[in-house]
Amino acid sequence: MRPFTYERATDPRAAVVAVSRAGAKFISGGTNLLDLMKLEVEQPTHLVDISRLPFKDIQELPDGGLWIGAQATNSDLAADRRVRTRYPVLSQALLAGASGQLRNKASVGGNLLQRTRCPYFYDTAADCNKRTPGSGCSAIGGFNRTHAILGASDACIATHPSDMAVAMRALEAQIELLGADQSVRRVAIGDFHRLPGDTPHVETVLRPGEMITGVVLPSPPPGRQLYRKVRDRASYAFALVSVAAIVATDRGTISAARVAFGGVAHKPWRSVEAEAALAGRPATMAVFRAAAEAAMANAVGRGHNDFKIELAKRTLCRTLAQAAQVG
Amino acid sequence: MSSSAETKTAEIALTVNGRVRHLDLDPRTSLLDALREHLHLTGTKKGCDHGQCGACTVLINDRRINSCLTLAVMHEGDDIVTVEGLGSPGALAPMQAAFVDFDGFQCGYCTPGQICSAIGMLAEVEAGWPSQATADVASPRIALTDAEIRERMSGNLCRCAAYPNIIAAIRDVAKGGRG
Repeated sequence: MRPFTYERATDPRAAVVAVSRAGAKFISGGTNLLDLMKLEVEQPTHLVDISRLPFKDIQELPDGGLWIGAQATNSDLAADRRVRTRYPVLSQALLAGASGQLRNKASVGGNLLQRTRCPYFYDTAADCNKRTPGSGCSAIGGFNRTHAILGASDACIATHPSDMAVAMRALEAQIELLGADQSVRRVAIGDFHRLPGDTPHVETVLRPGEMITGVVLPSPPPGRQLYRKVRDRASYAFALVSVAAIVATDRGTISAARVAFGGVAHKPWRSVEAEAALAGRPATMAVFRAAAEAAMANAVGRGHNDFKIELAKRTLCRTLAQAAQVG
Repeated sequence: MSSSAETKTAEIALTVNGRVRHLDLDPRTSLLDALREHLHLTGTKKGCDHGQCGACTVLINDRRINSCLTLAVMHEGDDIVTVEGLGSPGALAPMQAAFVDFDGFQCGYCTPGQICSAIGMLAEVEAGWPSQATADVASPRIALTDAEIRERMSGNLCRCAAYPNIIAAIRDVAKGGRG
């Protein structure tokens, strides 16, 4: 690990100033950043520890939503009674990720900002446009079984590894940010992460120095919420494909549906195509399959990951059937 | 190794197993290395050093975490408990005694992490936290089935595959056999 200096932030306004110097990074739970620093994939020269800033609470909002402090741990969020009863898809997604030990340390803000687990990103001997812009992509034409099938580019086919963010995408969360100039803004989670394009090293719309202070959940939409994750092990593995679904039915007809996928793209992937194919139609397996075909109409396999296209379709059908309580 | 950052050490005080310990550490020092190399508490083990195996699990403020994936300088004022703080050879903690009675290990390398993790895990169950094995995350009570124990302990690997006996030991403690 490369040497760095360390400071513990006690004030958010000072923290965003402290991190604005070249080579500085925030650290919170550290479960992803320190892993990458040991491998020298990440090489910060200064760490600003924001884990003790007063953003640990989860608070009720007047409109029936929730404000989640960015320093709340993944465990605290998953175990929160309001989340478990009103946003069960979020609890389920969090509990499907990582291990008990990691969830006790990892923060909500850090979960959103975690880096891809593409093995070539981790291997400093391999080419990776995300790690070293312009060096090429070893995953294209390489061992790409876990890689993206939607929204990828010729520069990068990495996936975003978060489960939590997939549920938040279906719940239409907003990310609350504090800027280096002390300005506060909110960004919809759908606009927060970027597709790789030709700049895969730029993963979010965060401005230099900007810090995530919280996540705002609007009041829950109608319908049953469900998160389903498919992976190589029963526990403690990243998704090959995951689905967050929220389905409302009225006498056998789907009145509203929200669908987001994980493990398939550079960002949590909302499928408006699938949602349009569901709304107003009967809750039957034929309709679910049509929605799955619509969701994957533009999917592209890279060889080893071709199976993910059919896997994503079947995972969506199974999740919708369970959420709509049919089949 | 070359770097533009100047290496400076930091003086910190860590509370480990109830004792305040003063250390002068390179900021890069993981909590795991501080425990093993600086405080010579070698009960906590280094397996993968990347948060994948759980051998380094300790309790911080009663919660289980991977000590390899956190910096020692981040834990001033925290209450850190390692396997040495749970019991001693003549007076084992209930979870330690259960691992002996149920033969919950073979080589023993993962055992301190398994024991710290199991203690933290049972506290999580006691607090009503759901897991991926919980059918309804909204249900306030957790039925501690073997499926629940397996899911909740998935962050601790045992290459000797003593899993059935580890589960038996945890189940026994959960039932209050050793109160």
